[in-house]
Order: sequence, then structure tokens, then C-alpha cells
Amino acid sequence: MPIIRLENVTHNYGDKTPLCVSAIKNINVAIEQGELVGIIGHTGSGKSTLVQHLNGLLAPTEGKVWIDGEDIWKNKKNIKNIRFKVGLCFQYPEYQLFEETVYQDIAFGPKNMKLSEEEIKQRVLEAADFVGLDRALLAKSPFDLSGGEKRRAAIAGVMAMKPKILVLDEPTAGLDPQGRDSILEMILHYKKVTGATVLLVTHSMEDVARVATRVLVMNRAQVVMYDTVKNVFAHSEELENMGLAVPQITRICRELNRRGLALEEGIYTVGDACAALLPLLKKGVG
Amino acid sequence: MVRDLTIGQYYPGHSLLHKTDPRVKIVLTLVFIFIIFFCQNFFSLGLMVAALFAGVALSRVPLKMLLKSMKAITFIILITALLNLAYTTSGNVLFSFKFFKITDEGVYTAVFVAVRILALIAGSALLTYTTTPTMLTDAIERLLKPLKLFHVPVHTLAMMMTLALRFIPTLIEEIDKIMNAQKARGADLESGGLMQRAKALVPILIPLFVSSFRRAYELAFAMECRCYTGGEGRTRMKQMKLKGLDSILIIGCALLLGGVIALNLLFKAYNLG
Repeated sequence: MPIIRLENVTHNYGDKTPLCVSAIKNINVAIEQGELVGIIGHTGSGKSTLVQHLNGLLAPTEGKVWIDGEDIWKNKKNIKNIRFKVGLCFQYPEYQLFEETVYQDIAFGPKNMKLSEEEIKQRVLEAADFVGLDRALLAKSPFDLSGGEKRRAAIAGVMAMKPKILVLDEPTAGLDPQGRDSILEMILHYKKVTGATVLLVTHSMEDVARVATRVLVMNRAQVVMYDTVKNVFAHSEELENMGLAVPQITRICRELNRRGLALEEGIYTVGDACAALLPLLKKGVG
Repeated sequence: MVRDLTIGQYYPGHSLLHKTDPRVKIVLTLVFIFIIFFCQNFFSLGLMVAALFAGVALSRVPLKMLLKSMKAITFIILITALLNLAYTTSGNVLFSFKFFKITDEGVYTAVFVAVRILALIAGSALLTYTTTPTMLTDAIERLLKPLKLFHVPVHTLAMMMTLALRFIPTLIEEIDKIMNAQKARGADLESGGLMQRAKALVPILIPLFVSSFRRAYELAFAMECRCYTGGEGRTRMKQMKLKGLDSILIIGCALLLGGVIALNLLFKAYNLG
């Protein structure tokens, strides 16, 4: 049974007014437990609207959302529990920090879950470890942290709820390459330890190629592809028509191929490229 | 939803009233209010109401929109009318109950006051319906310029007003985002008692304040980068110039004032004020 299933989901902003816009239209998708799905799409393609349906922040105008085999809008009072099950971390989450100390801020989610004081403490420490936040920082004010630390503290605030499904909207936006790497690493680590399903909204094809098991492509309010990384990036021309692209290294390898180097298709990361190019270099071709 | 909130009530259009110089509109609105207070009987007030309808027709703002702006003050009007009804004791008694009596003069006064308030609100609503907030602040700045002689920082005040208006939609969007982020962490904003609800606002207000300060700093830097140094020596892209249309409106208003004075004198017999 898929852990997330969307059935004919449509969401209109300004429904029943002349200004009605469909942000997502007739979406059907089923995501299996344990996948790491990269969600890509042009700005305004409906990615953010889509992810806000997963934890019930938005209710579909039409259609149904099934999480863990449960229609989330069947019992409206239950929606809060869905939010603990599906942890959603928005873009620039550091702007939601508000508590006096980092510890208290991370504890906000678990506190809302009405856990015991002891359980909360354990969750906070665990979450801080997940994101690699030094425990000495927990007593500080969140506003005294550096930009990267703030981001990690905010993500820890979502991870502390131990969601079965973790959804992150551009968690690496605006970070330096090292910060990006470490955020991706910690997402992989969280997934490995908890076995959670992770959805990652991103504009970076490199990130998708590196960590995702599957890719969901959105274009003009619809899901146009949901497939393995390999199968999706094989459609480079279609992606480009949607204002997207394949990873840079893939483009380089294709160009090398066109110029007569016998490289196989399906090189999506720098690691892949190294593995393919080094033997050729040793042989002295090109 | 916060998103549905509309601030200001500009109704976009290209009517004659939209094109009128905002300075003229502000002054004439003030004059209009003044004349309404000057009305002493139903004839002169009727003339003003007629003028108001002419103004609405000129602005092409649907009457429905105008009525909507009056909804909020229905209660105030009702209270004022009732008080007038109850406290006017002179005139012929129409109905009495113990110490409470209603006189014909009371009825007149109540209706008169109600119509007067309605006309006041409709008149000023017409101004905000046909003028964008930016144009309004711009015009206010120009009108208050003489105060500079008394060292009132007119330009700074106007700039503050413009910026505040400019950031209202931005902040609304920001509140929406923060609310969603905290809801995603299980924040409960909809249930509980008054205290609980007030407490639930903390996770929203603090990030909002923090980001407002951040935005203010960024904006100040951006303005300085574009060499903003205050009002001294600043020129304008949109010069306001009085046109024929504006003078016609001014003349129209002057005629109204004359008409009201004449009607006040002519029908002194019906004087109720």
C-alpha cells in the first residue's frame, strides 16, 4: 500500500470567483513507503500547493488525499495528527524561529504533540544530533545563531516530531555549497535511521541526481512524470521545454559523446562521470 | 483566510473622478463635508445627496461597492438616530409611554442626522474608491508643504505613510507563511479560550516582528544605495498639474455651496437644526 496517495486532487485559489486559478489540477500519484522523491518543476508549477495538501494545510477543492491508508479529510478533527505524521518544512524555515532558546524552539512540535517532558527532551537531543547541531547551542537564543545554524535548528524542529513522512521545501536554498552538502547528508541520515519517506522540493537537478530515488516532475499545475531518476533524466528535451534541465554533468557528458567520446547514457553525478571517464583517460582516448 | 483581506478600497477605473487631481479631490472632499454640516434643512441636504449621486455616477464605482463601505457603520447610525429620537422633546407628540415620548421633530432630527452621516461616509468613500493610497499620500504631502515653514518633516511623514501602505500586502503574505509553518508544527490557532488564543499568537508575532525589522533594514540600505537622502532637492516623476477638469469640479463645488446657502435662507421655515 502506498504511504501517500493523491486521487484526482484539484486545488483552486479563489474558487467560485472570477479570479479562480487552478494551482494544481487533477493530480493522481502514489508514493511508496521509504522513497526519497525529488519534486521538481518551474516556479509556479504548483509544487508548494501540492506539498501543502499532504499535511492538510490546504484542503483539496476536489479529490482525496490518502496518507498511510487514511483519507485525511474524513475526520477533520484528526488533521492535527496528520501534521505530526507528515512533517512539512517550509522554504527559509529559519524565519519561523521564535522561542527564547533553540531547545525550546525545537521542542515546540513535540510539545504540541502533548508528549511527556522526558520524551520531549529525548526528541530534542535526537533531532539536534540529526542536524549536527552542537548541544552547547541549544541553550542559546535562536536569533544569535549563524544563518546555516538557524536553518538546521528549524529543520530539527520538524524532525523532532519524528514524522513518518518528511517534506522539505527547498531546504538548501540560499546556502553555500558546503551548507547544501551537509543538509542533504543529514536528510539522508534521518531517512536511514527512521526509515521515513522523504519528499524534497528543489530546483537543483544535481541534488535530485545525488539523493533521490524517484523524481516527480510538475508542469502547469499537473504531474507530468513520476519515475526513477534515470527514466526522468532520459527525457532531457521535454524537461528543457518545461524550463527545467538535466544535471550539468549530464549535459557535459552528452556533449563529449557528440564529439566522439564513447560515453554511455545515464551519467547524472560527478561520481558517475569520474567512473566513466577515468578508464578512457587511462586508455588514452581523446 | 488572511489572503482575502483587502486593505484600502481602491476601485480601479478610468472615470473622470479617477483622473481628477488627488489634491483637488482631497480638498473638495473636505469642502463637501463642511457643506454637509452647513445644511440646515432637508432641501439643502437633498441638494447635497443629489450631488453625491452625481459624483457616484461620474466615478463609475458600482453603488453596491459604496453600500458595502457603509455596512460597517450601520450600527453607529442606528444608535445616533435612536438617541436623537429619544432626546428630542420639543414638537408635537406622536407617541408617548410613561416618561418616554416621540415627537415629530424628533423623527425629523433622527432622519436628518442619519442621512447626514450616510452622506459624509459616502463622500469620503468616494475619495478612497477613486484614488490609490500612493496618490493619496502624495497629495497629502503636497498639501501639507506649507507646514515645512514650521519645521514639520512633511516629506518624511509622507514617505513613512507610503512605505507603510506598500508593506501591508507583503506583511499579510508573511503572516500567512509563518502561520502555515507553525501550523505544520502542530500549533493550534483555532481553538481554546481567550488566553490560550492570545498565547498561540506568540509563535506568529515574534517571527513577524523579527522579519519586519529585517525588511526595514534592508529597505533602508536599498534606499541609501539609490542615494536617497530625504526630501531635500527631490524631484518627481509624476508632476501634478491642475487641468480644466479640476477647475470644473471646483466651480461645481462652489455652486453647491452657493445653492446650499440659498436653500438654507429660502426655507428657513423648515429649519430643524
